[in-house]
Amino acid sequence: MLLSTIFAVLFYLATAFLVVGLAYKIRLYARTPAPLKIPTTPAPVTQTGVVLRMFREVAFFESLFKSNKWTWLFGWVFHFAMLLVVLRHLRYFTEPVWSWVNLIQPFGKYAGFAMLAGLLALWARRFLVERVRYISGPSDHLMLMLLVGIAASGLMMKYVVHTDIVALKAFALGLIYFNWQPLPADPVLILHLSLVLILMFVFPISKLLHAPGVFFSPSRNQVDNPREKRHLAPWAAALDSEPNGGE
Amino acid sequence: MADYETIPINTLFEIPKLNPGVMKESSPFVAAPAHQEALGFPGELVDNWQEKAIEKLGELLEKSRALRVYMDGCVKCGACTDKCHYFLGTGDPKNMPVARQDLLRKIYRRYFTFSGKYFPKLVGAEDLTKEVLDDWYSYFHQCSQCRRCSVYCPYGIDTAEISMAAREIMDHIGKGQKYCNEILGKVHKIGNNLGLPEKALINTLEDLEEDIEDETGVKVRIPVNEKGADILLVTPSADFFAEPHIDGLIGYAKVFHQAGASWTVSSYASEAANFAMFIGSYEQMKLVAERIRKAAQDLGVKRIIFGECGHAWRVAYSFMNTLAGPFDFLDPAYPVPQHICEYTWDLIQKDKLTLDKSANDHMTLTFHDSCNVARGSRMGDTPGGQFEIPRAIIKAVCNNFVDMAPDTIKEGTFCCGGGGGLLTDDLMEIRTKGASPRMTALQEVVKDSGVTHMAAICAICKTQFAKIMPTYGIGMDRIVSLHQLVSNAIVLDVPPEDEVEAETNEDVATA
Repeated sequence: MLLSTIFAVLFYLATAFLVVGLAYKIRLYARTPAPLKIPTTPAPVTQTGVVLRMFREVAFFESLFKSNKWTWLFGWVFHFAMLLVVLRHLRYFTEPVWSWVNLIQPFGKYAGFAMLAGLLALWARRFLVERVRYISGPSDHLMLMLLVGIAASGLMMKYVVHTDIVALKAFALGLIYFNWQPLPADPVLILHLSLVLILMFVFPISKLLHAPGVFFSPSRNQVDNPREKRHLAPWAAALDSEPNGGE
Repeated sequence: MADYETIPINTLFEIPKLNPGVMKESSPFVAAPAHQEALGFPGELVDNWQEKAIEKLGELLEKSRALRVYMDGCVKCGACTDKCHYFLGTGDPKNMPVARQDLLRKIYRRYFTFSGKYFPKLVGAEDLTKEVLDDWYSYFHQCSQCRRCSVYCPYGIDTAEISMAAREIMDHIGKGQKYCNEILGKVHKIGNNLGLPEKALINTLEDLEEDIEDETGVKVRIPVNEKGADILLVTPSADFFAEPHIDGLIGYAKVFHQAGASWTVSSYASEAANFAMFIGSYEQMKLVAERIRKAAQDLGVKRIIFGECGHAWRVAYSFMNTLAGPFDFLDPAYPVPQHICEYTWDLIQKDKLTLDKSANDHMTLTFHDSCNVARGSRMGDTPGGQFEIPRAIIKAVCNNFVDMAPDTIKEGTFCCGGGGGLLTDDLMEIRTKGASPRMTALQEVVKDSGVTHMAAICAICKTQFAKIMPTYGIGMDRIVSLHQLVSNAIVLDVPPEDEVEAETNEDVATA
């Protein structure tokens, strides 16, 4: 029961840290003014166009595709396999399981392999490509190690040493409804959950901030209309009231 | 003299092996106290520079969303690593955009993030030391702020924003760059980068009018400070004297002449360039932009048109309305400002210019998209007009046009190597090496398609190419102004002496 209590507490803490940390960062990004119009052109000239540009960026990694087809392939496969895997995991937090979660279950089951393959390929680049090796720091390797660990331990449980999934689901639902249930003391599961906890704590204080950050990137989210509409940041507007050379 | 004087042309897109530190010693002359103080910066490196630098970085993080997001967002994916012309030309890993950014990012992490404060080794955070400052001074002056890396970054991280911030920090601790800061002082005092005073400007342009008349037999005017003119032309001051820039200026004058337009140059705002962008100073940039506003108001013009200049057009198109607007005193029928290419293309489309393409038959042209026009601005109403309009003009005035390799033009264009405040003799080595991707692409079309000349619409590009092309075995006269081609092709007619008014448009067009 001690193990269950520790993990329950850690999951509450990690969730709080993740939510508060991300909210803090997002608020900071949103409230920091962008003094000048700097979309990388050619850029959309309407707000709708910007929404489409951002969608292409987030859903298809458009810019990365322009840059390097291999990095794009590995990166895209990893991210979308992970998305499927995460969505598939909703079945452990919902009762009854939502029908669309059931629908993706067959794909989600195998997406774990694609996720792992993508991660390993991305990691290999950090050793094999001289330029990427040069820019990779310890945290970059550790981050990949963490994600590989999560994916591998998950696949282990799915395909090699099954855990007591019914008890695990009871534990998860217990967390949500504040009706704590015991966590199966299965080493692979404990490893899997521990790594996930680390990921949750690391997210708001690491480069994983690229996920919310991309939406705030002025070179991607600004409308190209500086001649039509005057763009003015509050701190820059304050300079306007100072006397200048004009009449 | 130096070992870079004979540079072999690379196979296109050959990515160099890393050569750490090879460009470490390449740094520009430091601004003298007088140049610094004229802009309100400390004359020399202040005693508590570390503290001041970190304080300034903190201030900039508050003021710029781009800087804040870009400091956090990089995942070191490597997408940008082979995109910078200075990296491709030197192999110095600190010229890879991500590594250049990291020079500032490691300081940001150390002083502004949890992980960097407590786990510096893990996340590559470092104390701000003299060595770091030296690296900043070298490598943030090996970025031409061309934004090519920002095209390929999955988060749109724009190294230009980061090098601007770094230069702004260095200015504020007393380590500014001589070239940019000295020039800005001249603009504030005299009105242009050259320090060309009103009298000299008027004389120069009168001489130029005579030259045009001698050559064409037509009196084409280049008015200065003409109150009540409809159009204020703001053009880089290099257009007044340098080659091939001046041939472009003659082209603008002929276009205005044929359109029967009433126009003028201002001596007070006789400079389109705004070098304050290079040093990342919003305040300085605003002061320079306000000169243009004041000139337009004093002369009572209805429209503002910019001549051929890359970063000037970025500042004009993207920033001027913000910096010195609103321009509600101008004629709302026209965008503020307009590019000379927009103006000329409009006349061509309306069939108001008589053009003899055969006048350019001795040349086969290619077009160099200037980086700041390509990735920091637009022309016309639709995205990409900045690529289509200049090409449309060239095709309207020349019979022979060939584009360079697709990955080296339009949004993927390579900087000339001299942008971003690097167009100074003390940076000749990096300028020469940084030009190699563009030169390689040019060589290819020279060999394969018989290209003889390259047209550009930027004063910096033109100066840079005229200077470095001989190193790559191409004559310095092979770089031409776009409006020089227009100038060659345009058929002038002789209006009655006293009738250079807009009303004569019809007669002029049907000549």
